[in-house]
Amino acid sequence: MRGTDIRTPVSTIYGDFTQKHAERWKLQVEALQKKFAGAIEEVRWPGTYPTEVPIIYVAKESIVDVLRELKEGADFQYDFLADITATDEEIEPRFEVVYNLSSFSSDSRIRVKARACDGEDVPTATSLWKGANWAEREVFDMFGVKFRGHPDLRRILMDERWQGYPLRKDYPLRGYQLFPDTQPIHTELLKD
Amino acid sequence: MSKDGSSSFLTTRLDAIVDWGRKNALWPLPFGTSCCGIEMMATFAADYDIGRFGAEALRFSPRQADLLIVAGIVNTKMAPVLKNIYDQMADPKWVISMGACASSGGIFNVYSVTQGIDTIIPVDVYVPGCPPAPEGVLHGLLRLQELIQKGETHHHRQERARRAAGKEA
Repeated sequence: MRGTDIRTPVSTIYGDFTQKHAERWKLQVEALQKKFAGAIEEVRWPGTYPTEVPIIYVAKESIVDVLRELKEGADFQYDFLADITATDEEIEPRFEVVYNLSSFSSDSRIRVKARACDGEDVPTATSLWKGANWAEREVFDMFGVKFRGHPDLRRILMDERWQGYPLRKDYPLRGYQLFPDTQPIHTELLKD
Repeated sequence: MSKDGSSSFLTTRLDAIVDWGRKNALWPLPFGTSCCGIEMMATFAADYDIGRFGAEALRFSPRQADLLIVAGIVNTKMAPVLKNIYDQMADPKWVISMGACASSGGIFNVYSVTQGIDTIIPVDVYVPGCPPAPEGVLHGLLRLQELIQKGETHHHRQERARRAAGKEA
């Protein structure tokens, strides 16, 4: 693949994924743009941008509505939340919360992003997918993005006494924090 | 025996016999956290058979073990747990740091990884490799036996310091 433009769609062992779903994505994005006219900020397509699936940028206040349409709408059926993650772009709006969705019925994938400034919170997706709970906790732990309405927004990977958010670009790579003892066990959380 | 009746000669010889017994009956506590743990299991299993060196009695309770084999990465959240386990082991106790991650943090020079377990607990033998082959672990074990017989482990140094302090007082 040496010398190939990074934006060129890549054939994988699964076949040319982007070509296979191009028509479907086009119709779906058009339908979304019609339904959520003000909320869709930008769409980045494979071929013009280094990605294998279209990336839909959504205003964060409408993110739950768009995700619900993508999950439950008859033409979409992206019923599986593969992951929630985030990126730190350093310039405001600083964070992009990334929702990777997958559809079992059409063997297709799509990516939704919501931009958020430092200190702003994003509506939680736990009402749509139970699995969003831990994924959002991880985003909070690593980036400090808060999710409004999340049932249990605590750190999930780092020690609860940890200062700062390690995957932010301004966090020092070797910002070690050693604790002399294990973090306390919250017995009230062990109950049902 | 000395002329004044103190038993220095006798105790030294007893130490040697005790050390000889201890070095040939190490009871390891396997603290395997990643791929080094797999190599450690291979070392314990039939092909390499660590029982040839008297260390086949694995104990998963720190109270019953005297050799802590830290095999694999110890991240910062795991560090206090490892310290706890080490503190719970009864004296005499020895530590083998197996592999690059346990010895120095390995390739993970980042916020989340302890840069060597010797920043938390004393280590007697480092086994290099990523991961070390079972032969390396056996070599480390033989080297530890050598150190125990010579009285050069952390436990012995601590013991000597304790006795010296007792004599002064």
